[in-house]
Amino acid sequence: MPLHTRRALRGLAVVCALTLGAAACGSSDDGESPKNVSGKDIDAALKKGGKITVWAWEPTLKKVAEDFEEKHPGVEVDLVNAGTNDKQYTALQNAMSAGKGVPDVAQIEYYALGQFALKESITDLSGFGAAKLAGSYSRGPWSAVNQGGDKTYALPMDSGPMALFYNKKLFDKHNIAVPTTWDEYVDAARALHKADPKVYITNDTGDAGLTTSLLWQAGSRPFDVKDKTDVGISFKDKGAAAYTGTWQKLIDDKLLAPITSWSDEWYQGMAKGTIATLAIGAWMPANLASGVKSGAGDWRVAPLPQWTKGGKASAENGGSSLALPTASKNKELAYAFIEYANHGAGVQTRIKNGAFPATNTDLTSDKFQQTKFPYFGGQKANQVFAESAARVPDDWKYLPFQVYSNSVFNDTAGKAYVSDTPLADGLKSWQRKSAEYGKQQGFTVHE
Amino acid sequence: MATPTRTAARTTRATGPRHAPPPRLRTPRRQRHSLARPRRSVPLTLLTGLVVLYTLVPLLWLVISATKSQEGLADSFGLWFGGDFSLWDNVKETFTYNDGVFTRWLLNTLLYVVLGAGGATVLAVLGGYALAKFDFPGKRVVFAVVIGAVAVPGTALAVPTFLMFGEMGLTNTPWAVIIPSLISPFGLYLMWVFATEAIPAELLEAARVDGAGELRTFVQVCLPLLAPGMVTVLLFTMVQTWNNYFLPLIMIKDPDWYPLTLGLNSWNAQASTAGGEPVFHLVITGSLLTILPLIAAFLLLQKFWQSGLAAGSVKE
Repeated sequence: MPLHTRRALRGLAVVCALTLGAAACGSSDDGESPKNVSGKDIDAALKKGGKITVWAWEPTLKKVAEDFEEKHPGVEVDLVNAGTNDKQYTALQNAMSAGKGVPDVAQIEYYALGQFALKESITDLSGFGAAKLAGSYSRGPWSAVNQGGDKTYALPMDSGPMALFYNKKLFDKHNIAVPTTWDEYVDAARALHKADPKVYITNDTGDAGLTTSLLWQAGSRPFDVKDKTDVGISFKDKGAAAYTGTWQKLIDDKLLAPITSWSDEWYQGMAKGTIATLAIGAWMPANLASGVKSGAGDWRVAPLPQWTKGGKASAENGGSSLALPTASKNKELAYAFIEYANHGAGVQTRIKNGAFPATNTDLTSDKFQQTKFPYFGGQKANQVFAESAARVPDDWKYLPFQVYSNSVFNDTAGKAYVSDTPLADGLKSWQRKSAEYGKQQGFTVHE
Repeated sequence: MATPTRTAARTTRATGPRHAPPPRLRTPRRQRHSLARPRRSVPLTLLTGLVVLYTLVPLLWLVISATKSQEGLADSFGLWFGGDFSLWDNVKETFTYNDGVFTRWLLNTLLYVVLGAGGATVLAVLGGYALAKFDFPGKRVVFAVVIGAVAVPGTALAVPTFLMFGEMGLTNTPWAVIIPSLISPFGLYLMWVFATEAIPAELLEAARVDGAGELRTFVQVCLPLLAPGMVTVLLFTMVQTWNNYFLPLIMIKDPDWYPLTLGLNSWNAQASTAGGEPVFHLVITGSLLTILPLIAAFLLLQKFWQSGLAAGSVKE
């Protein structure tokens, strides 16, 4: 191929990557069969030493990398924060398309794994011994890193089994019971807002992560991945109807604070007591402790409200894994690092620094479950989280272009929060836009 | 920016030789509204007031917010001081947080500005002078290319540049930011126009007749005349490089080579990640510290800049 043609093609690839493209842009990395790497190979790589580059924004990895370097002299871990969430994915896709500057290890959230796994731009780790780790991780995260049957594309780093974080002081002050079902949640929302019009039960301006997690809990399975080119999107099942029915009430009665999650206003709202609850992943305590210092002692954790009275369902919210890009030159060493960070001694280091594990031994350990959280008035919050983790249905799937889909959630479903569009219609237009994109990327999309 | 200078060109041509009578503005005349004492216009004053407010309120917010701690930011009104005055603590923390990485980012930015903007200015002066004062074939093509280049935003070139630099192995190095910053078509155009006006052809001829070489003519005769234009271009490229966000965003992944813009953004993004520590107070104080050098540069170079813009617009 003449040089300029190759360059032009490469340029095209980057354009695809820049639009957060998924599978169909190119498949030049195809054809590598799963490599079998024994423990001996990995030990040899560790002894030989070398340098690996790790792209991750997870703050607790810093200490893990230092410990790993200390344990294995001669190994250098270059930990790079190449951006948070989708910014890092864009950078990663660009590097992969350009074939230059690809890291040896990359942090990828569960919802985004499909996009990289389908293109095989991340390595199947089952040959590295990852398949043996099946029983080590809780259900949600393990099902997320396993794509296409027996392939394991990453090791779970943390997990976010959902719980209801609530400001006990507010509930006590207005004498309102903590909701156990979503219907009670709506009632509590009304009561709180009536008692003090400045108080909202929660904030929501349209958040794809929250919506998909609640659909997951409600039993809805809107996304289906049949094989590499065949996906389904539909919000027609009963679970989706339950979710839109309840949430529509909260929207109609203006019971949701119009504040976007993760903004400074959000932290402000929790500090001021205008946001009373959060249905969110179990990694939240660290963020509360550092971002809402003045709320210490006021907040508690309860099981996630249920869709049916007496139900026991839960869901995962957020969480990420560490994967090995196919272009990595030092996979043995890279695997040794992610095994250490996500399965070995690194897990304890990370828990100590506020991360929430995905490993069963830690979730069920006495020490973990008996930990008292001063922020939650001494509550043993991990018991709530661990119970939630055990109740996550493991048949949920994300789209192989979920990163794109989530990026257009606000333009479509988000309209329900600011206009007369019903949420159910909003989801429909989200479905349409996602399907359109999927087709452009060469997928067969069933709606 | 080019408008006053171009007007100047016309004025020069219209008023002709050096001994023309002084322009009308200078003649003392009894007038109720002179240039020094213009007529007051209420709507105009109001409009200007609004624009001033529009410009200053964000700055005011920044200054006020920089005095608050992370908690203070959360529970006090944005446009007035909170109970705590923690500006000094914030400044100290900004410089010490994450092992003092802010200082590193500041030095990086300085490096990019000194080499990038400084280099761009030198190139623009050299090129502008040559284009203004020498005749050579293809000059009109160069003109077209320069004008065309002014119209292309740097952002549009960032991705192709990334690919090219990727091939050359330059991404993730300071060169990836410095080299593209060296090119300033607008600066070149400005210097071209400025040099055309500021250096009379007679002066060049005189210098040559007196036996000065081309280099000496440029350095000793022309450079002093070009100084105001140079400062203008320097200020422009400086602001551009100092505030550059997109180019380093694409080129640089290693936080050790981040400029301030990217560094502050990474601190800001820290709040939106599981387990991350929100440090909005440091982002705000860091932003304030980031704009101080620019404000200082503008105030210090103001004199040159104004004379640079106005040079040649009035016959002396």
